[in-house]
Amino acid sequence: MVGADIAFMIICSGLVFFMVPGVALFYGGLVQAKNVLSTTMHSFFLLGLATVLWAFLGYTLAFGPDCHGLIGGLDYIFLNNVGMAPQEGATIPHVLFMTFQCMFAVLTPALISGAYAERIRFSAMIVFSGAWLLLIYAPLAHWVWGGGWLAELGALDFAGGAVVHMSSGAAALAAAHALGARKNLQQGGAPPHNLPVTVLGAGILWIGWFGFNAGSALNAGALAANALATTQLATAAAVLGWLLVEKLSTGKPTTLGAASGALAGLVAITPAAGFVTPQASLFIGFIGGMICYGAVLMKRRLGYDDALDVVGIHGIGGTWGALATGLFATVIINPDGGNGLFYGNPGQLGIQAVSVAATWIFCYLGSRVILAAVNKIIPIRVSDDDEQWGLDMSEHNEQAYRIY
Amino acid sequence: MRKLEIIIRHSRLRAVKEGLLALGVRGMSITDIKGFGRQGGHTEIYRGNEIQVDFVPKVKLEIVMKAELVDKAVDVIREHACTGQVGDGKIFILPVENVIRIRTDERGVCAM
Repeated sequence: MVGADIAFMIICSGLVFFMVPGVALFYGGLVQAKNVLSTTMHSFFLLGLATVLWAFLGYTLAFGPDCHGLIGGLDYIFLNNVGMAPQEGATIPHVLFMTFQCMFAVLTPALISGAYAERIRFSAMIVFSGAWLLLIYAPLAHWVWGGGWLAELGALDFAGGAVVHMSSGAAALAAAHALGARKNLQQGGAPPHNLPVTVLGAGILWIGWFGFNAGSALNAGALAANALATTQLATAAAVLGWLLVEKLSTGKPTTLGAASGALAGLVAITPAAGFVTPQASLFIGFIGGMICYGAVLMKRRLGYDDALDVVGIHGIGGTWGALATGLFATVIINPDGGNGLFYGNPGQLGIQAVSVAATWIFCYLGSRVILAAVNKIIPIRVSDDDEQWGLDMSEHNEQAYRIY
Repeated sequence: MRKLEIIIRHSRLRAVKEGLLALGVRGMSITDIKGFGRQGGHTEIYRGNEIQVDFVPKVKLEIVMKAELVDKAVDVIREHACTGQVGDGKIFILPVENVIRIRTDERGVCAM
């Protein structure tokens, strides 16, 4: 074991943890004032639920010994055999790796909440999120990181472009389709109730992402440093990319645009962070910011109410990032990775495309099945009256803001 | 006695208040309100998505005064609140039947 690696990974786990309240604030500011607590709760509650499920079953399904490339075996059920000794080839305690991965497992279902915000029944959200974690997230994490079939195929996903972002984006699309649009919105939707909170959330996500991407190197080495640099550069470029397109199309750059662009860049660089050069990351981020701006505009044309643009930012941003990894990856940065198209290996782009298609299809269809099943037991949508009244009151009996 | 309900722009509140105090008005209540008149609403843009916002923020002053002061007060309010643009607001003048000071039970003009 290496002390520096242990210290580094403990800090990175804390940074990834911090992203969850970051998402809660980011989303909380974007909804109407009557739904800010319920939206915050979707993320914060998952710190409880997803962590406990991860310990019982999620971790072993994702990272247990491989069964036919599809799922992990049950060797680590209830954290059996997850001890203080490192796994083979690792330099940190097994229990630290489990905890670091636990933060990802909490964050990913929390990201989906942006799609179903302002209308999902809380009890249905609990059942959906728990089932989704075990039936969608854990297998997908196994395919990509646990030695499953996508890993065998050679798909590159450094920190979760597929596992975290495309998966939550596809589930968000499924949730928007299954739930239907919010009711009684004024023309064009509901304006955000507190953008400073959203920008604060975006800032927390940005700093948390350093742990997310650099920590995915799993040791305190040069690769982590490269991931840190690419994360910062891509995100900065994405802020500029988003604002440039926004300025050209609407006339004014917005604060929400800057925060959204940052998020788009963070998502886009996630799969690539440990495979591409810092120079390439600037390009990936800049294009990512522009693509995601266009992607969030699609929802009106395609007619689904993805309330807070999870599909446009995480789904499409993650897809671009996965494909960009197939373009820009180079073994100069990561000898364990591969070369992309621009380094003479067009096959990698094909492999990335397969991982994109597999992730979207599996996560979208799987999420639709789970949502339909949950809807049989508990109606996933609140009543029209409750929706009008606001979920803070109908689901939690509390209000965020009061004057008297 | 008359009650004036005055709807103006936030940016004119301070000037109107000071003009009225100089005139001898001794109290007022204000409320942040939202509404629309001829000015209509406006559009805001979030993530490239135009949202029509019907109600724009204004401030409403409520003042009770002697009837003989009303004409001068209206002049002062117009002087300070008028920008010449649509959306400067309105003044409503209402009769007041009685005023009661809760502390002393005084009635009418001396309770004002």
